[in-house]
Amino acid sequence: MLTNEQIKNKLIEKFGDVLTDFSEPYGMLTFEAPKDLNLKVMQFLYDDAELGFQFLTDLQAVHYPHDKGRELAVVYHLHNLKDNVRIRFKVFTSIEQPDVFTATKLYEAANWMERETYDFFGVNFIGHPNLKRVLNVDEMDYFPMRKEFPLEDQTRVDKDDEMFGRGGSFN
Amino acid sequence: MSEQVNTAQQFPGQVHDLPGGGIVLSKLDDVINWARSNSLWPLTFATSCCGIEMMATASAKYDFSRFGFEVARATPRQADVIIIAGTIVNKMAPVLKRLYDQMADPKYVIAMGACAISGGPFFYNTYSVVKGADHVIPVDVYVAGCPPRPEALLHALISLQEKIKMGMTREQIRTGKE
Ligand code: SF4
Repeated sequence: MLTNEQIKNKLIEKFGDVLTDFSEPYGMLTFEAPKDLNLKVMQFLYDDAELGFQFLTDLQAVHYPHDKGRELAVVYHLHNLKDNVRIRFKVFTSIEQPDVFTATKLYEAANWMERETYDFFGVNFIGHPNLKRVLNVDEMDYFPMRKEFPLEDQTRVDKDDEMFGRGGSFN
Repeated sequence: MSEQVNTAQQFPGQVHDLPGGGIVLSKLDDVINWARSNSLWPLTFATSCCGIEMMATASAKYDFSRFGFEVARATPRQADVIIIAGTIVNKMAPVLKRLYDQMADPKYVIAMGACAISGGPFFYNTYSVVKGADHVIPVDVYVAGCPPRPEALLHALISLQEKIKMGMTREQIRTGKE
């Protein structure tokens, strides 16, 4: 049975201290990798006979607008179906040049997920066979899930904050 | 209170029973509308949560076949009424228009739920939702609710039948066929 400890040791043995921020929120091994190494890390996790993370559960991005130089995080969720173990790792990239290598060569499933991540966050997946919008209209010229837009119209008076769990007696 | 009449079976005209047969007096248009209104096949078109309610309306417990919505068709060519059950997003709008255009005349439209009426919960601060399906195609009957209960949809379907019998749907008004 594969434990988080074993996975972590194997990764550190292979990559040394370029992998950082190991943690286990809710028991799921999580770490950060440099963005140039995302494919190498995935390839290792995929190929290694013991690790065998051959299923890409999910892939998405997060925007941290205040983290200068590393505004966008791309998060990969991998699953070892044999031992039923999941892990998660993140790579960070700047928003001015949001280039990340594509995982489509390794996981077919990454194709649409990367298109979606591009669609909503504008992450440019280098080497993707067909990187264009998948959910939004093609004419859209912005990336709607970036935290660049006010959450709602600030001039509205018809919404009572207290009824929406912010401000008032709830705080 | 007005007496409840079953307009589905009520014949639009006079029937004179005579020995050995009878005479029927009516307008042909009325008879055609009467016939059409009792056989409206909906298009399978559900874009979000309201679709589940539409499926419930179609299933055994509510069973809209009882009212002539015999069976949902998966192609616009065979459908008479499109029930817009769910949110219409910008990307879906051209598809909706195209489905509507592909339906054979006469065709009718029901906007089911707050989303199809006005954008509903997505009216404010949205980057993708069309604020009412009637920006895309003409709507005959609106059903309020989020989602409307199956009874509400049944009521809307029956309202549509009465509208057709009166010759008051958008399609009928536009083509001048009353
Ligand atoms: S009106 Fe409400 S239930 Fe219906 S599709 Fe919109 S959000 Fe869903």
